[in-house]
Amino acid sequence: MAKKTPEINASSQADIAFLLLVFFLITTTMDVDKGLQRKLPPMPEENQQQDEVKINRRNIVVVKINAQDRIMVGSKPTDVSEIKDQIVEFLTNPNDDPNKPEKEVKFIKGLGNYAVSKGVVSLQNDKGTLYNTYIQVQNEIVRAINEIRDQFSTQHYGKKFAQLDEDHQKIVKEAVPQNISEAEPKDVKAKK
Amino acid sequence: MGRFRKSGKKVAPAISTASLPDIVFMLLFFFMISTSFRQTDKLVQVKLPGATENVKLERKDLTSYIYIGSPIPSKQAQYGTDSRIQLNDSYRTINEIRDFIASERESLSEQDKAEMTVAIKADENVRMGIITDVKQELRRCSALKIMYVARQK
Repeated sequence: MAKKTPEINASSQADIAFLLLVFFLITTTMDVDKGLQRKLPPMPEENQQQDEVKINRRNIVVVKINAQDRIMVGSKPTDVSEIKDQIVEFLTNPNDDPNKPEKEVKFIKGLGNYAVSKGVVSLQNDKGTLYNTYIQVQNEIVRAINEIRDQFSTQHYGKKFAQLDEDHQKIVKEAVPQNISEAEPKDVKAKK
Repeated sequence: MGRFRKSGKKVAPAISTASLPDIVFMLLFFFMISTSFRQTDKLVQVKLPGATENVKLERKDLTSYIYIGSPIPSKQAQYGTDSRIQLNDSYRTINEIRDFIASERESLSEQDKAEMTVAIKADENVRMGIITDVKQELRRCSALKIMYVARQK
């Protein structure tokens, strides 16, 4: 009597595939790198005279971090937690203080004329500053600017900056620019 | 037409699970293909600093990584504990960043070159001196888009 070859039971194939699937699910890292994005200023040509960008003194707030990780905003020693409010106050200049940045009326497409603050935050650090402190300060400055942007967009569009569509975000970015200048290292040396 | 079978006689047929392995295999292949194993071995210890205002790194394929930190314990006997720069698979000096950036740029298409980002993954205990040097070198190579990679706090 010829015996039929029994069919191989394939019902466990799914289990095996599941096992492999779970392995790959776990090992896959979908980690997205996050961080603070910056644009470095281009290097001036060596033989070219470095044209001094004339920025009025009142438009700059200098944030300094020394080798002991102490922070100074303007001429006052400051704690990390206070930087944000000081920067916000400086950049918005609500009372039109003559020692704080001037505003320039600019025409922004889609918004009309708006007095854009000319304030610049200049960040200076020492060779011995800890990277961690540096990032904390950078973070606080970005936080200050984001807060101003949020204020602006709630005022004009009734929404937070992050919830605006791209066109509106562009307008807000133009109205509240992120002017952070990372000082040339020669300035760092001078501060030894 | 018009003929109805008496209900209750027929039992609902069991749903065939024969295609279940196929579906699972499809998912499996998706994950197998999308998984990218770490390409470079870490030679420096990096504990990223925390920040709250992070933005996402947009295009990973246009990003070159610079690792800065103190060497991993197994290499410390040879290289000491001073902060070092790692590019690709080895310790490098500041001067070699130029070649690194040039070769990374070479591998990109023409329209992507302007979009190239350099991600700096530095340990939170690194001193700013080395970071400033790296930044200056990047400016010299006009790789101006940078990102300080941080951990979400």
